[in-house]
Amino acid sequence: MTGLLELRHVEASYGPVQALRGISLSVPEGSVVAVLGANGAGKTTTLRAVSGTVRRSGEVRLDGKPLRGGPESAAKAGIAHVPEGRGTFTDLSVLENLRLGAYTRRDRSVKADVDTMTRYFPWLRERGDQRAGTLSGGEQQMLALARALMGRPRLLMLDEPSLGLAPLIVREIFRIVRELNEKEGLTVLVVEQDARIALNAAASAYVLEVGRVAVSGSSAELRDDEAVRRSYLGY
Amino acid sequence: MAEFWQQVVSGLAAGGVYGALALALVLIHRATGVINFAQGEMATFSTYVLWTLTTNHGLSYWPAFAIMLVVSFAGGVGIHQAVIRPVERGSQVRVVIITIGLLLLLNGLMTWIWSGEVKAVQSPFPGGTFDLGGVAIAYADIGTIAVCLGAVAVLWLFFQFTKVGLALRASAVNPAEARLVGVRVTWMLGLGWGLAATLGAIAGVLTAPSTFLDPNMMQAVLIYAFAAAVLGGIDSPMGAVVGGLLLGVGLNLLGTYASFVGSELRLPAALLVILVVLLLRPAGLFGRQQVKKV
Amino acid sequence: MSRSTLRTLLVFVALTAVVMVLPAFVSDFRAQQLSYVGIYLVALIGLDVLAGYTGQISLGHGAFMAIGGYTTALLMTDHGIKDIATIPAAIVVAGLAGLLFGFPAARLSGLYLALATFGIAVATPALIKRFEGFTGGGTGINLFGRPELTASLTPVRALGVELNFDVWLYYLAWSIALVGYVIAWLLLRGRTGRSLRAVRDSETAAVSSGISLTRAKVLAFGISAAYAGAAGALFAIATTYVNPDTFPVELSIFLLVGVVVGGLGSLTGLVAGAIFIQFMPLWAQSVSKSPGAPAVVYGAVLILVVLALPLGAAGLLARVAELVRRGRDFQKP
Repeated sequence: MTGLLELRHVEASYGPVQALRGISLSVPEGSVVAVLGANGAGKTTTLRAVSGTVRRSGEVRLDGKPLRGGPESAAKAGIAHVPEGRGTFTDLSVLENLRLGAYTRRDRSVKADVDTMTRYFPWLRERGDQRAGTLSGGEQQMLALARALMGRPRLLMLDEPSLGLAPLIVREIFRIVRELNEKEGLTVLVVEQDARIALNAAASAYVLEVGRVAVSGSSAELRDDEAVRRSYLGY
Repeated sequence: MAEFWQQVVSGLAAGGVYGALALALVLIHRATGVINFAQGEMATFSTYVLWTLTTNHGLSYWPAFAIMLVVSFAGGVGIHQAVIRPVERGSQVRVVIITIGLLLLLNGLMTWIWSGEVKAVQSPFPGGTFDLGGVAIAYADIGTIAVCLGAVAVLWLFFQFTKVGLALRASAVNPAEARLVGVRVTWMLGLGWGLAATLGAIAGVLTAPSTFLDPNMMQAVLIYAFAAAVLGGIDSPMGAVVGGLLLGVGLNLLGTYASFVGSELRLPAALLVILVVLLLRPAGLFGRQQVKKV
Repeated sequence: MSRSTLRTLLVFVALTAVVMVLPAFVSDFRAQQLSYVGIYLVALIGLDVLAGYTGQISLGHGAFMAIGGYTTALLMTDHGIKDIATIPAAIVVAGLAGLLFGFPAARLSGLYLALATFGIAVATPALIKRFEGFTGGGTGINLFGRPELTASLTPVRALGVELNFDVWLYYLAWSIALVGYVIAWLLLRGRTGRSLRAVRDSETAAVSSGISLTRAKVLAFGISAAYAGAAGALFAIATTYVNPDTFPVELSIFLLVGVVVGGLGSLTGLVAGAIFIQFMPLWAQSVSKSPGAPAVVYGAVLILVVLALPLGAAGLLARVAELVRRGRDFQKP
């Protein structure tokens, strides 16, 4: 059975440097999948290859249909990519950030969705007019998450959500991600440095090394395999 | 004292025009980091279009004005599409040189099509003045101020309250992230150029009745607009408008009360403003300080 | 000696030979046109040092030419100094102005510098008019028929040959151009050139290597202004008349076009750039009577060169040379 997202032999380069040397992975619908690995392994590039931010060769399919073009088409197809560093529109207000998340939608329930977001993140309502750049790192991460959800995406891609955040906040974010996955059936692909917390949230994972998939399997398998843990996951 | 207020009012009118053109410059600079040296010539070209429509095609003023606005918008989008898009991503210097090339091209084109002869352009406002507390205020000045502020207000509403306006603002500051939410950033930039061209056209059309129309009409106004934009903060739309008004009033008062300056040194005075602001407080009145200490 | 140095030397020697001999083969009128090519070349060399090698975009170089031109005119009319003798003075005065301007200019980067220098170019005619007691205001200064102007009334005898004004001007302009070329070449291949290029490529990196940005930029401005001053002086001598409109905004922009077309940062292409500035308007006028034609061609060429040939004519030549070399290599057994 094919997953919601399928990658086959995807390659990508930054100029002369080849970052991905043939990645194949599958994200089943309704599951959380993690992409792990050391710095420079190609994790971020994998997400960029999916959203079309970087030029790539190989096959990328969403729900069986091939994905082509740049990030605009990926967004229209229902992929929400929260990049490294959150990608907050710092000069715009919190509410404007949320409205932008719903940019590709043409239906009328956008305002209702803003209300839904404030249920997950109550502080959004009070700070609606605040300039997004003045939020703390954790708040920006949650805003980025809410913004991504505003697009009612089929696939949510998170790039290193834990970056620069206190452990307590990271736990809270992953808790929300798990809740969204369990309650709403949201499919999530998350890239993480912190393998431990990622494996807690994900059902399966791929470990990248130098642009290739070194190891993959269910989270339980990877966690129980001490050799894998020691050499690839760092704990 | 009446003289003072008259100079203030006419200074506000001139300043409104500077502010409108400065706003056009700021729009483009915010979106693409580029200073469009051809903004003045584009405005002059639009004014020639208006002149042709009213003179050679017998249209009355306001319909011609409306058509000219549409043509200007299309022209701005077209120019962006044709010569700016190919080099947008690369070095800013290359784009600036292209805008300089555009400046020459448009200037020569206008001379070619319409000859260098000076032409008269009618004013949409009635002539003469009315009295307000002993001060003679020209209808043209009030009209100019109203049109400029009106255009700025419409633009502000567009940016604050429409989806496209929001997308444009997002594209200007975070183009990569804007693409991720589905905004076609290149189209937005084209839209920005179109709006800037329209603003410039308004500035040109308001300048022409008093200065008369010739290919070099907006050269000086462009410098004043640069000064206004720099004074207000090159990335601040509000700064452009406020800077323009301040500059207009300031130059007028300086010219009236400082005989050394007279009317010939207005341009060098504006240049001095540019230099002083860039050297002492590059961010201008409303801009944000950029850290780049080397 | 490296191959590229040898090549440059050969090109230079060939160029000098052609230049020296050419007037014998062309009409006096053509010689006059070619002397303007030489004058523009002098200005372009200076602008290339600033824009091409140091990366500082200046749209106000016409102002430095004006300083040189007016210095020459004033020295000739007010002080009766011979034309050739005024040239060093013009160079010094313009060079000093460049150094002075270099200090505030060093603090402006890229676009803002272009903006400020553009403002100077537009404001210069107004400034000249304003201080008319000094500059003769709108009417300008007339140099025609003055005895200080060599060869203007009677031909000059040099090396047994009689030179009329046009031919004399030609040799004057090109001597200065060739000497200036050599000086620039020597300056740029040493440490000075490296510092300037470092500033162009990355200011942060340059500072970390111990280069003083201010010093480099001030120096670049001074050098380029000195060249512009020489060109301005020659211009005044050539046109025998200066007024505020002798050095308009367009001149500054045309100089930039010449440098871009020739190839920013490459001395060899500048000759092409100078030829372009002088002869293109004439060609444009032959195609269309309209006075706007030259500007249209200037603008179109500038845009096309930036879009298609980022390295200008020099880049094109370099690419052609590269292809020829590669073709030759392929034929080796």
